[in-house]
Amino acid sequence: MEIVRLRVNGDERSCGVPAHYTLLETLRYGLGLTGSKQGCDKGDCGACTVIVDGRAILSCITPVWEAEGREVRTVEGLASGMETHPVQDEFDLNGAAQCGFCTPGILCSSVALLDRNPTPTREEIRAALAGNLCRCTGYEKIYDAVEAAAARLST
Amino acid sequence: MLRLPAFRYHRPETVDEAVALLARYGEGAMPIAGGTDLMPNMKHRLFTPAHLVSLNGVDAMKGIRVEGGDRTSRNGSPAEPAGAFLEIGALETLADLAAHPAVRFHAPAVAQAAGLVAGPQLRNMGTIGGNVCLDTRCTYYNQTKFWRHALGYCLKKDGDVCHVTRVGRKCVAAHSADTPAALIAHDAVLTLAGPSGARDLAAADFFITDGIRNTRRAGDEILTRVRIPVVPGRRSAYRKLRQRSSIDFPLLSLAVAADFAEDASVATIRGVVSALGARPRLLSGWDAIAAGTRLEPDVVEGLAERARRQCRPLDNIIVDAEWRRAMVPVYARRALRELAGDR
Ligand SMILES: Cc1cc2nc3c(=O)[nH]c(=O)nc-3n(C[C@H](O)[C@H](O)[C@H](O)COP(=O)(O)OP(=O)(O)OC[C@H]3O[C@@H](n4cnc5c(N)ncnc54)[C@H](O)[C@@H]3O)c2cc1C
Ligand code: SF4
Repeated sequence: MEIVRLRVNGDERSCGVPAHYTLLETLRYGLGLTGSKQGCDKGDCGACTVIVDGRAILSCITPVWEAEGREVRTVEGLASGMETHPVQDEFDLNGAAQCGFCTPGILCSSVALLDRNPTPTREEIRAALAGNLCRCTGYEKIYDAVEAAAARLST
Repeated sequence: MLRLPAFRYHRPETVDEAVALLARYGEGAMPIAGGTDLMPNMKHRLFTPAHLVSLNGVDAMKGIRVEGGDRTSRNGSPAEPAGAFLEIGALETLADLAAHPAVRFHAPAVAQAAGLVAGPQLRNMGTIGGNVCLDTRCTYYNQTKFWRHALGYCLKKDGDVCHVTRVGRKCVAAHSADTPAALIAHDAVLTLAGPSGARDLAAADFFITDGIRNTRRAGDEILTRVRIPVVPGRRSAYRKLRQRSSIDFPLLSLAVAADFAEDASVATIRGVVSALGARPRLLSGWDAIAAGTRLEPDVVEGLAERARRQCRPLDNIIVDAEWRRAMVPVYARRALRELAGDR
């Protein structure tokens, strides 16, 4: 066990982990942040997507030590207090989640996109979410939700 | 759940420290950059190094700039002096490469190839260095240990048969990285740092026809940078065949680059095909067909047919090899039409 220090959703956190832990394992089993999902666990599906220094990355194939000293944001950190993020709200209003397993990762990819590009085209939304697989929705309602959130954020 | 095998994680800050760590731990150590190839491979127990040497703290391996000639410029202005080159640190991410104005301007095929690797999160993580040094891939290799055990393993890892050739004693796993074909088409030069100093190697000479280990990089060498000559009048394009255009590895990849004379005729032209065998293949005979022409439709047809005749993919990826071969002229045509100016 070694102590890893992370900055997650604005909080300084530390915990003991084996040296070969991934960022995802540390979030879920070290810090109790189980929002990020362990799907394929090898970089294919996008369910483990979190935002590191403003960019969407896959936490299941990130050695935890690479996240030290960087700003980690997970699905748990998207809302401000009791106020949901507009993307979360629009996912609800548009029926963009079904089983919900892919949702935390898709929310993170969407927020990373909107932070960088507040007025994305539908094509840009599709491209930004290309690394997040969803087997339920057929994606259209997800794109609708991100579009609606973008419209709301830019007014 | 796929667990990583145990390892110690080293975070050097200079190239020398990184090389020294690799040399000290020898076979038991591997470099890691974005980890997007190595982490899944370790989860599959294809590699179980006791020491990982992270390159991500080595700032000297970052940055994209145009150097040389008689001035240094950061923008992709068209008036670069002769003798200039684009220098790309090996740690630059594929996302940054794909978006960088100087890369898009001077080496469009490289920017296109980087932008077509995997999906967005993987391009945010994966580096050009890791892409060039990517392990080869095969249907019978990129699987969990359980899966491979059930099959009886193979030559490349833990076994003594090849399930692709059945009889052969040689691994024919496919070179599956996107950027190398484009780098070779652009005459890129790779810089490798090792215990006895640095050496330069043409990207075209970096790969060998051995699916088990398909590069000339020694275990304790690190790829530190890629340099691409800036040649006035050079245009390039990249095309990639894959199952899902959202995230998949190439089933066939093709880069073309041509130098155009002032009168818009071709001075020289190169085509590089990859993802079929263990190394990217520089196509032969293209200049004889296209030099002096303006890539008229019949010239494009001739080049495409010449490309098809040189490519014979094997069943190393579980997608029909005949189809992959049949797509060679199709993709060559598309890339060449982009060069000729009509997309
Ligand atoms: C789902 C999925 C899809 C993918 N699709 C594609 C695709 O379409 N096209 C494609 O090309 N790749 C693809 N990849 C592979 C990978 O994401 C990229 O090739 C990426 O560029 C690898 O870079 P990296 O920095 O993550 O490499 P790492 O995983 O860090 O390293 C890869 C290998 O290179 C070595 N290495 C890394 N950097 C250096 C260096 N500077 N010097 C010496 N050795 C080094 C490592 O030891 C390791 O053996 C995919 C991966 C996944 C998981
Ligand atoms: S080509 Fe043959 S030896 Fe090489 S990885 Fe595939 S099955 Fe194994």
